[in-house]
Amino acid sequence: MEQLGLLFQGFAVALEPQNFVLMVIGIVLGVVIGVLPGLGGANGVAILLPLTFSLPPVSAVILLSCIYWGALFGGAITSILFNIPGEPWSVATTFDGYPMAQQGRAAEALTAAFTSSFVGAFFAIVLITFVAPAVAGFALKFGPPEFFAVMFLAFASFVGMSRTAPMKTLTAMMLGFLLAAVGMDTVTGQLRMTFGSVELMRGFDFLVLVIGLFGISEILLSIEEGLAFRGKQARITLSTVLRTWRELPRYWAISLRSSLIGCWMGITPAGATPASFMSYGVAKKMSRHGADFGKGRIEGVIAPETAAHAAGTSALLPMLALGVPGSPTAAVLLGGLMMWGLQPGPMLFVEQKDFVWGLIASMYMGNLVGLAIVLACVPAFAAILRIPFAVVASTILVVCAIGAYTVHNAWFDILLMLVFGVVGYVLKKLDYPLAPMVLALVLGDRTEQAFRQSLLMSQGDVAIFWANPLVATIMAAGIALLVWPLANWAWGQIGALARPKITETP
Amino acid sequence: MKAVTRALAAMTLAALANPAWAQATWEPTRPVTIVVPAGTGGGADQMARVIQGIVTKHSLMKQPMVVVNKAGGAGAEGFMDVKASRANPHTLLISLSNMFTTPLATGIPFSWKDVTPVKMMALDEFVLWVNAESPYQTPADLVAAAKAAPATGRLKMGGTGSKQEDQIITAALTQATGADFTYVPFRGGGEVAVQLVGKHIDATVNNPIEAVSHWKSGALRPLCVFDTKRLPYTEKVTATQGWSDIPTCQESGIDVEYLMLRGIFMGPGATPAQIGFYTDLLDKVRGTPEWKDLVASGAFNQTTLKGDEFKAWVAREEERHRALMQKAGFLAATN
Amino acid sequence: MSGSMQPRAAGVSRRAVEVVTASAFAAIGIVGLWDSSRIGAGWGTDGPQSGYFPFWIALIMTGASLFTLVSAWRDAGPDETFLTRPQLGLVLSILAPATAFVLAIAWAGLYVPAALLIAWFMARLGGYSWRAGLLTGASIAVLSFVTFEIWFLVPLPKGPLETWLGY
Repeated sequence: MEQLGLLFQGFAVALEPQNFVLMVIGIVLGVVIGVLPGLGGANGVAILLPLTFSLPPVSAVILLSCIYWGALFGGAITSILFNIPGEPWSVATTFDGYPMAQQGRAAEALTAAFTSSFVGAFFAIVLITFVAPAVAGFALKFGPPEFFAVMFLAFASFVGMSRTAPMKTLTAMMLGFLLAAVGMDTVTGQLRMTFGSVELMRGFDFLVLVIGLFGISEILLSIEEGLAFRGKQARITLSTVLRTWRELPRYWAISLRSSLIGCWMGITPAGATPASFMSYGVAKKMSRHGADFGKGRIEGVIAPETAAHAAGTSALLPMLALGVPGSPTAAVLLGGLMMWGLQPGPMLFVEQKDFVWGLIASMYMGNLVGLAIVLACVPAFAAILRIPFAVVASTILVVCAIGAYTVHNAWFDILLMLVFGVVGYVLKKLDYPLAPMVLALVLGDRTEQAFRQSLLMSQGDVAIFWANPLVATIMAAGIALLVWPLANWAWGQIGALARPKITETP
Repeated sequence: MKAVTRALAAMTLAALANPAWAQATWEPTRPVTIVVPAGTGGGADQMARVIQGIVTKHSLMKQPMVVVNKAGGAGAEGFMDVKASRANPHTLLISLSNMFTTPLATGIPFSWKDVTPVKMMALDEFVLWVNAESPYQTPADLVAAAKAAPATGRLKMGGTGSKQEDQIITAALTQATGADFTYVPFRGGGEVAVQLVGKHIDATVNNPIEAVSHWKSGALRPLCVFDTKRLPYTEKVTATQGWSDIPTCQESGIDVEYLMLRGIFMGPGATPAQIGFYTDLLDKVRGTPEWKDLVASGAFNQTTLKGDEFKAWVAREEERHRALMQKAGFLAATN
Repeated sequence: MSGSMQPRAAGVSRRAVEVVTASAFAAIGIVGLWDSSRIGAGWGTDGPQSGYFPFWIALIMTGASLFTLVSAWRDAGPDETFLTRPQLGLVLSILAPATAFVLAIAWAGLYVPAALLIAWFMARLGGYSWRAGLLTGASIAVLSFVTFEIWFLVPLPKGPLETWLGY
């Protein structure tokens, strides 16, 4: 058990008073950054990076990675309270988290979200601790065809979810794909649907659209029903946290499954966003209460949050072991490593044992400290809902504008956000489902890119998608998920057709 | 204010050798923005953030420095933005080769003449890499294998982006040797290197910093460097080899040379005093140990130019890109 | 648009909104089709061309929206109210200042319009005094300024006032 010894050395490093203080500072800053949609983890890490040059590398990376954990925790807060996902991977959390808040169960949703985040992250850290080298090897098996197969699986697990008008679902999803395609085509460098406009060359950023579609439209919907956010009368104390905790163990199966999905997607490296959608989709399909998802089921918060954090955490493994950043934040961290004279990549685990194990130990500590801090603040977060609508709504508008602007530093994006706020409002009222549209918007571009890269590699031969056991297995799983509800339905139809016939036979 | 005046006086004294700087009495009055025409985490972004870090740590400037990414349309957004900030001395642009390739490939109305060249910080090298388990020991082996491959199973060359430096080098390689490759574009250099380690592609032209750790771990093998002379870094990276042991591609009989600009520009209409201030600031940045670490770990070509020499270099480079891209058929239809 | 024959509250007809939305989607789809075929929507020797996926996506979208359009048009059932007059007024009471806010950012920067927006909401919709509104608005604007411009060094849009203050 060489790892355990190294890990305990790591704990000794992480628990030095200076490092512990930095950890707490990092978590608090990270939560602030996660709550403000204008600031992402990448901002926070990039801004503090220059300040860390005077620290030893271990302390610096502890500070920076704790900002990352804090931002991960913080992303769920606005999703649940205001239906505004601060980060792409919090979108799936809004599906059930926001309805829960509307029913006056905000504290319950927040507690479930934070606890699930912790469980997911913890699962991933244990994985990193004990099987790091083997897992890094697995990540190498993923080329473009495998990546496409994973994306296909994410779509397959999610479709067939809404039972509103199928033509509207189709339209919404296609609109998502079409918007994702605007801008530069990464495979050929061709500009698509930009019509000579520099503003459109940037493409439609996912966050800008989602802030409008979910956040702004929600303000319009709530004013329509009178000047109030529903659920504000709920009384929230710390005992809600304890009560929710007593319920959570019941959902251990969902947590375990979501952690596995998350780790797998984090390492491959598809990332936290597909992981959260896939986990939500699978939880819904496997649940007996599938029809109630989207109306405030606690499982609908647990599944995406667990998976997103398992993925976000395990994504650090390929970064450290292979030098590939899984997210912009990881990319900035990676730059930081180089500034401290550390070369990320396969040799880091061999040459910089103190650093690597100090970091891993700080992941355990950081997540534990983070959980304690955010849970203690649950009543405070939920109390935000008691602020009068006129103040909250206008402040949300301002914060959303800041959030939309900072994505690309473009005024045009603020305008776009407002336009999509109105679009989202109209679509919601006409029963166009927004979830498939958002899924297509987030994953469309990367899925198409992987598909075309694969075909470039095979020179146009689609057989590349079942050319080896790995890609064939994932594709088969995806097709099975697609066909399952269809087959179920068809089976039911056949049964229904067959029965009357039997009774008719004399 | 006194400290600043003193620092300025010292700066002026130090700059006396160059008469153009003697009247350098300008300094920034508000935060200085570096526009990065590329995404977070790429080479240009890293360099901008390192410069920001060095300026902050050594207090080289009174005003803070802010890094802003404008990556839309392969950097088009960032270029148009800086072009529009005429006579705004608080906006800098850090550029890479897409300063030439993006306008040529997309036809956006931008040319380097729309901005003011300040200083070339360094040049980034390109190295031809293959998987260490592949049979190719020399560039000639790879070229021979690429020529021998049937039309349906061409060797795959991975690179960053489309119609940008990596694909230009691949096209130049084909023109120089007659060996065909299938170019597969990816999003970033790190991803390209990992795809090569995983044997999903056959070769890459990664920058040194993107692939060095895989070389160290024995997963990748460098074949040749696309420069006119060998790299000056003699320290061993693996047990037996250092950067200086990699032959140039010309030595190996492949007449392809390509270096990527890492330079700082200002918007149009900058005054000599303003250019002087930034030239001096960037000189100080290049003198710090942090900068030297970065340059050594990335095996950069340390050529630096400023003023008219830099302008002439940029003009030459634009012509070269136009010629290279024309031969490869990458020019936008409108050009 | 609101026919007096139908048994529904005065306001915007749901069917009308349905038709307009579906037509807008169909129009977007047709624009997508046109642009995709311009850049090549075929299947080249090395897989699909740039316009291949957008073309099919746009085609499916156009088809699906036309279906929605026709079924909304032919729907014989009674029309519903999408939005009653008073509701429309409420929605506009938010949308109008929000639009003014976004447009104002373009030349006045973010902070001043933000303070005014908050003040407007509080005074006009929340029933606070203008003094309380302006005070709250200004403090939130200053707080954001300190957080973003000074603390996190994230530059946000700035107008004449900020320039005058030296930022």
